[in-house]
Amino acid sequence: MQMTGAQILVQSLKDEGVEIMFGYPGGVLLDLYDALFNSGIKHVLPRHEQAAAHAADGYARSSGKVGVCLATSGPGATNIVTGLATAYMDSVPMVALTGQVPTHMIGGDAFQEADIIGITRPVTKHSYLVTRTEDLARIIQEAFHIASTGRPGPVLVDLPKDVLAGKAKYIRAKSVNIRGYKPKVEGHQGQIKRVLAEMKKSKRPVIYAGGGIIISNATADLLKFAEYNQIPVTNTLLGLGGFPADHPLFLGMLGMHGTYRANMTIHESDLILAIGARFDDRVTGNVAKFAPNARVVHIDIDPSAISKNIVVHVPVVGDVKGVLTELNKLQKKEEPVWAEIRQKWLDQVRHWSEERPLSYDRDSNLIKPQYVIERLSELAPGDAIITTEVGQNQMWTAQFYKFNHPRTLLSSGGLGTMGYGFPAAMGAQFANPDRLVVDIAGDASIQMNIQELATIAQHNLPVKILILNNCFLGMVRQWQELFYDSRYSSTCLASNPDFIKIAEAYGVKGIRVDEKKDVDAGLKEMIKHDGPVLLEVMIDREEGVYPMVPAGAGSSDMIFGPKKKEEKKIKAVK
Amino acid sequence: MRHTISVTVENRPGVLSRVVGLFSGRGFNIESLSVGETIDPEISRITIVTRGDDRIIEQVTKQLRKLVDAIKVTDLTDLNFVDRELILIKISTTEKNKAEILRINDIFRGKIVDVSPSSYTFEVTGDGEKIQAFIKLVKPFGVKEIARTGTVAVSREL
Repeated sequence: MQMTGAQILVQSLKDEGVEIMFGYPGGVLLDLYDALFNSGIKHVLPRHEQAAAHAADGYARSSGKVGVCLATSGPGATNIVTGLATAYMDSVPMVALTGQVPTHMIGGDAFQEADIIGITRPVTKHSYLVTRTEDLARIIQEAFHIASTGRPGPVLVDLPKDVLAGKAKYIRAKSVNIRGYKPKVEGHQGQIKRVLAEMKKSKRPVIYAGGGIIISNATADLLKFAEYNQIPVTNTLLGLGGFPADHPLFLGMLGMHGTYRANMTIHESDLILAIGARFDDRVTGNVAKFAPNARVVHIDIDPSAISKNIVVHVPVVGDVKGVLTELNKLQKKEEPVWAEIRQKWLDQVRHWSEERPLSYDRDSNLIKPQYVIERLSELAPGDAIITTEVGQNQMWTAQFYKFNHPRTLLSSGGLGTMGYGFPAAMGAQFANPDRLVVDIAGDASIQMNIQELATIAQHNLPVKILILNNCFLGMVRQWQELFYDSRYSSTCLASNPDFIKIAEAYGVKGIRVDEKKDVDAGLKEMIKHDGPVLLEVMIDREEGVYPMVPAGAGSSDMIFGPKKKEEKKIKAVK
Repeated sequence: MRHTISVTVENRPGVLSRVVGLFSGRGFNIESLSVGETIDPEISRITIVTRGDDRIIEQVTKQLRKLVDAIKVTDLTDLNFVDRELILIKISTTEKNKAEILRINDIFRGKIVDVSPSSYTFEVTGDGEKIQAFIKLVKPFGVKEIARTGTVAVSREL
């Protein structure tokens, strides 16, 4: 039976199991939107295409399924670029559909034309410009396959108007076969055995686990591996939730704003077992000073991640779940004597924990942001999903919220996209309608996608927004305080709006907390309310994120606070 | 170090720009690049000559392998391989120097492909060194125009 391209696309999406998509219509997409009407696929209309991309990302990260976003040609398409780059850096499975002008007009500077394939080439895993309606079904199938296998990532499919209007037969292939794309999933047996040999030699091992653990659904395998061998575990930002925060072997996050114990453990280790992580510069600091005495084992599905930033001694290319399962299986044959051998090392790690735990001034009369997050962590149910924006709000969350389950923290780690958290929370809430979803935001970040209040109001989506308001671009301000003599150039948000009134204007409940004693009540009210809430907490304006490894320093060279605390002055007021 | 990288790819629009983008995105210059169909018209071979730190080349090679449209990536540098380049070069002539120019061309086993009262156009093939040597020798006569194909290369069987 002949179908239009638009119908073929909708059928393809259904056959891929797509339940929801986030999109914004436009001229060239009218055929597609007509086919979507009453199609059974839920379509959510964010108020900006960037939010559509982040929502698809949040949906994907929280559910493990492929997220789908849709934007029209030209400006619609260019608006999703940040969302694609965010998803690309953090390996999020996404299919982005963009409208395009009719094929005969491409290249003619037509109205709302943009070479979106060209623009997004460096930030997509792959992309397709569909030129014939009969190719559409195959391409959509390939796009979902590529997005969700190997190291996941966003795939863009550009859809010219005439391709959507044209007719063809819908044929769905039984399986996808792309000769240039065969991701290596199983780790090499010989290499896996070399990992065990390295572990036997090691007296001071540490596991450094990243987002790959979560993507690969390998948290249980990691737990088993770490416990059996009694090896302490540190997580990257994207790895948080991949190992229970309450576990005695857990060191917290490592890197620029990592815990003292995590950074010291890495620094002093003689063996780093890097699993599904990529030695990002925010983790290593100065590469030359990173873990000077350590041998490095690196388990990752992406061969290009191996020895990219630091030299790896034992690489294992493969899906981390498979490799960990294999390691656990091989180890069963051996006696678990590790606990005794490593007692001295674990004692040392414990000493670091006690020497400098994460801290802040608990006696202050001002509301410390760390306190708010600790309280939220305490009051929220264990399966709550937390998204963050980028900056101080993100780092305080990573430090003080206890993530015990995978896929409970959604944050833009690689690209560091302000404005990510709120739309990502929408996507996560659609994927998990019965769970608490909170976007921990700063007063600056939230304004980058604040228009989405309309979307959550429209769907009565119970997303909670917790704004830690310090009327600053807090993280940049902190750097200015530390390294630029407190010259707060363009970081003071002197004319913030009344967030409560904004929320109310959209029909969203707003709560403001000005006093420390009201924090708990505010959080409880937010959690309890059956519907969206914006909770604004007025925090200590010049609170910083510590410890901190300054840019270019070695990861053990941490600073623990501003040098001259007593001289704190806000130099750039209104 | 100089690297000669051979990539077989799907013969489709946009593939070349993906390949090239991996170099330009890292601020890398490509010394030469040539593309042509293989025996299978659906597959093209791209030969890239570039210079760079071994670690960076290794990274680029890995990135090339990740391209969905790249079928096989080989860094020929570490292997035994033959490479050739072709140039078309138009040289100014006078009655006096014609004979000498022809003699040089003979030595390099070039072909005359076009003649005018004031110029010869030669076709010369060879590896990079031979081509450079030829250009060096004819340069003093006055080179009007030059077009180079860039290197093509295949591995040796023995």
